[in-house]
Amino acid sequence: MNQFSLVDCTTVDGALSQLNDSSVVKAAGVDLLDRMKNGTATPSRLVNIRNIAELRGIHPSPQGVTIGALTTLTEISEHPLIRSEYTILSDACGSVATPHIRNMATLGGNLLQQLQCWYFRSEEFQCLRKGKEICFAFEGLNQYHAIMDYGSCPSVAPSSSAVALLGLNASVELSSAGRGKRMVAIKDLYVHPDANPTKFNVVEPDELLTAVVIPRPAKGTRSAYQKYGEKQSNDWAIADAGVVLEMDGNVCRKAAIVMGAASPVVRHSAEAEAVLAGKPISEETARAAGKAAMQGGPLQTAMQGAQPLSMNAYKVQLFPVAIYRTILLAAGQMGRDPSAAG
Amino acid sequence: MATTKVPISTDVVSDVVAEAIPAGMEMVMMPVGIPGYTLRQEQRTIPATEPPVLPINADLKFIGRSPERWDGHAKVSGQARYTADVQLPGMLYAKFANSNVPHAKVVAVDTSAAEKVPGVKGVFVIENLLGSAKLLNPALDVSKYPIIRYAGQPIAAVAATSPQIAEDAARRIKIQYEARPFVVAMEQARQADAPMVFPGPANEEGTAGGGGGAADVPQTGNIHGPSVNTHGDVEQGFKEADVVVESHYTTQVQVHNALESHGVVADWKPGLLTVWASTQGTASVREGLAGFFRLPKSQVRVITEFMGGGFGAKFGPGNPGVVAAALSKQTGLPVRLMLDRKEEQLSVGNRPSSDQTLKIGARKDGTLTAVQLVSYGTAGCGTGAGCAGPATNMYQYDSLRTEENDVFTNAGPGTAFRAPGHPQGAFALEQTIDELAERLKMDPLDLRDKIDRNSARRVERQVIRESAIWKTRNAKPNVDSGHIKRGVGVAQGVWYRNISMDSAAEVRVHQDGSVEVLSAVQDIGGGIKTVMAQILSEQFGVPPQQVSVKIGDTNYPVGPNSGGSVTTASLTPAVRDAAWQAAQKFLAGVAPALGATPEDLVLVDGEVRSRSGKMAPITFRRAAAKMNTSEVSAQARRIPDYDRKAYETYGGVDVAEIEVDVEVGLIRVKRILAAHDCGRPMNPQQTKSQINGGVIQGMSYALYEDRLLDPNYGLMVNPNLDRYQIAGSREIPQIEVHLVQSYIGQSSTDASGIGEPGGIIATPAAIANAFYNATGVRMRSLPMTPAAVLTALAHSQQKKETA
Repeated sequence: MNQFSLVDCTTVDGALSQLNDSSVVKAAGVDLLDRMKNGTATPSRLVNIRNIAELRGIHPSPQGVTIGALTTLTEISEHPLIRSEYTILSDACGSVATPHIRNMATLGGNLLQQLQCWYFRSEEFQCLRKGKEICFAFEGLNQYHAIMDYGSCPSVAPSSSAVALLGLNASVELSSAGRGKRMVAIKDLYVHPDANPTKFNVVEPDELLTAVVIPRPAKGTRSAYQKYGEKQSNDWAIADAGVVLEMDGNVCRKAAIVMGAASPVVRHSAEAEAVLAGKPISEETARAAGKAAMQGGPLQTAMQGAQPLSMNAYKVQLFPVAIYRTILLAAGQMGRDPSAAG
Repeated sequence: MATTKVPISTDVVSDVVAEAIPAGMEMVMMPVGIPGYTLRQEQRTIPATEPPVLPINADLKFIGRSPERWDGHAKVSGQARYTADVQLPGMLYAKFANSNVPHAKVVAVDTSAAEKVPGVKGVFVIENLLGSAKLLNPALDVSKYPIIRYAGQPIAAVAATSPQIAEDAARRIKIQYEARPFVVAMEQARQADAPMVFPGPANEEGTAGGGGGAADVPQTGNIHGPSVNTHGDVEQGFKEADVVVESHYTTQVQVHNALESHGVVADWKPGLLTVWASTQGTASVREGLAGFFRLPKSQVRVITEFMGGGFGAKFGPGNPGVVAAALSKQTGLPVRLMLDRKEEQLSVGNRPSSDQTLKIGARKDGTLTAVQLVSYGTAGCGTGAGCAGPATNMYQYDSLRTEENDVFTNAGPGTAFRAPGHPQGAFALEQTIDELAERLKMDPLDLRDKIDRNSARRVERQVIRESAIWKTRNAKPNVDSGHIKRGVGVAQGVWYRNISMDSAAEVRVHQDGSVEVLSAVQDIGGGIKTVMAQILSEQFGVPPQQVSVKIGDTNYPVGPNSGGSVTTASLTPAVRDAAWQAAQKFLAGVAPALGATPEDLVLVDGEVRSRSGKMAPITFRRAAAKMNTSEVSAQARRIPDYDRKAYETYGGVDVAEIEVDVEVGLIRVKRILAAHDCGRPMNPQQTKSQINGGVIQGMSYALYEDRLLDPNYGLMVNPNLDRYQIAGSREIPQIEVHLVQSYIGQSSTDASGIGEPGGIIATPAAIANAFYNATGVRMRSLPMTPAAVLTALAHSQQKKETA
């Protein structure tokens, strides 16, 4: 780890006044310290926002709920309202890493964590996402990498909470000293590598992610998130599924089906959603939706459907199962999957 | 303590027998066998100086019981001082500069920028590298600096006033490489046109923990071998077979990843080099440093008060020990050098991979006519990938041929790892035996009864046979129809009775009634301190927590290096002998004041008693106050086993119950029942703890762990504990351990070791056999990840469809 200076802030305005091109924001530091220790992040100046009390808390309103960026994953996963009305989010936050990490990790930090690709996280590999020419994963070890819509970089979206928040149609509040506040929908938060390989999200250096705003789900909405790993404790997703169903009895009016570990940017599956719309939820429709999810969806590249790499064809088998089981979980037709991780 | 010593008096024994007993020896009867099954008394001729024969555990008060871990409170409360906790005045922190290329000649090392960093006090460039194999003819590759043969190889180090400065300075060391072609994948390294890791024959020396491959073998390209072992005629054996099973198995590289990394604090002072080391051999570190720096051993002191795991990778000073000592010598200050997790993954050892073709022939009745194993494995730029141990030593067979080959690759050197070669070998052997049983339409336990003559494992199989898990096993595979398929599988392990004669202890008895035991032995985690205390408790009647146990310091009598599961088997007889001899000196010292003769006194259950009844019993403590000196002491060294002719291997039988989710490829291990023997269990709870750990590590190896090297750049992509997968809390199954007491009549304590035979050998194979039982598909490759499981199931489905 390199030497750096640390600025400790206790107010949002104080923190915003400290932000500049050479500073890096530190919340819990779960992701940042890991990268500083492995040599892939060498900030000269850290702005510590961990102690800003006003950024922590869950605030329900008639329009939905606003969650402060520094609210911990444990606080979110254990919150009664989140558990009952926004189940997909409590599921997702509760599935991350270990209880110890969830007690520290913040929602904002989880959303803005860097890629988990092992080439990106090795100081020896100077890859496309670090501003160089090569992606090492295509010809290298890619068992955990993307199968869809990856274009030039098959890293996968690492944030579980982003999967849930995309399903819930949430937005983030970005604050800056000069320009005040702006709202950005989760679907617009992340930057695909083909659009800009070295920019991971749209947050500018002078901006702070201060809150997440989730609209109130329509009546009859049920939701769930499950992830699958090589092991069940403390692992990254090899497949995951976020499901939000607007139900009319057993008929699904509208569905959101979201995947994280399939592509570089968290994505809806329009095909899977179309399979469910207007139909009753059953094992048959759920399986059909899972299968359809491997077909295409809104694309940021020219890649239609699942196109596995040399070592990850198994993920094309895994995702449909993750999706079908999570649809049935959301619909209350199946219990939480004992094979799921987290 | 009950005394079952039976001295043979000359007036009742014939001259013939009397002549047969050498001078200074005596004949005793000892308990031998398994209580409830085969327990009997057998005759042994042992030195007359040995203490009375110990009865079986049921008749003892402290040995064979499970008092709380002697230093458990210190460990869980954070008071235990590990190597990284040592703080000395003026201590410097050292950091390596490591290679970031897999194969190169180092042309120049420029340390000038590092030296200029404020706070840097010393810089050292390695010229004599430890750990890797060495060319027999160094003239084939002349270089000022060691040739880089793996990424992560240490090249130089700096010592500075803080860890941060040391790390910063180490990054400023400029290394100029002349890159060479490299190969990290074993399959490629075996090809004739592969880049050569060594330009000529090379050998790796093993450590005190074993490891290191055969030395006198051919070397062709990167292939170091074969090392051939034959017994009988396998061709004839296969002709005589009614059934022949032949399969190909592969296993991955596993890294030790002890919780505490490798490291030392070295303090070089005139006349004495003191080194605090995280080691499983204080003796090996002293020997290594004395040899490297040409110091008298008397001027090297090694201290290991507590250590956080080794699993075979922590013998000798290694590069960290040598470099820290050199930097301390150079700077005149103490130097701490602890490796970080990445270095731990790259440069200090691993379990080599394996690629095994195993062929076994059997008659209809199950007897094995021929066993043939051809194995390749890579220990990187080291050797020691042989894995023929189980195939050679577990079962009876008419004929055997094994060919073991090491394949050099540009990867960190392998080293001894908890039962070297055995988890790999058992993975192939025990699946083959399972397959054979199916082909012969025999129960897998019955087949093993037929071919395994080991008496303890026979009892262990009976335990398995009668267990709830086994009774629910479907003999037919792939019975469950849903996406969750349940399976039960069994496998065995074999291990050897290794003894280190460099095992000594001193026992002191003080006038205030306190007792202490001293030995240089270190506690690798098995709990030797507790066992040493129990032995003194049995002798003096003092509770274990009141016994002072002082270990992990070469100022004390030499202790065994904890490799090969030798510690308890080697040291406990020396401790008991020293305690017995100290007790005799103590009785002699108190006899005058008690008005008795020493011969009339015995020390039993914490009391000094008169054999003749002339004197009323007196407590040990009150008697001690009457000693004629302030202290008596005795030192004893391990003597050879009483009767090597009665030697048997030992081991265990594990059964696994698993569930396979065939849609997501996940294996969940539900229950493991592990039945094991290790002579006399000195402390059953600690013995079980070792087996629990072995089962968990074995299961972690079977399902998760994998050192992954990028084939194009030769760098490890998961040199951390985030992507190097190790079983976590949710993965740990319900583990039940059944200890089989198996008395063998070999020493004054009759203990054997358990660190290696317990769990890690048989558990991976048991899980693999359970997988077959669940799905009807064989997993012939490790680790059994979801990717591997889904691929294997899909492949089997395709085969069925084409058929």
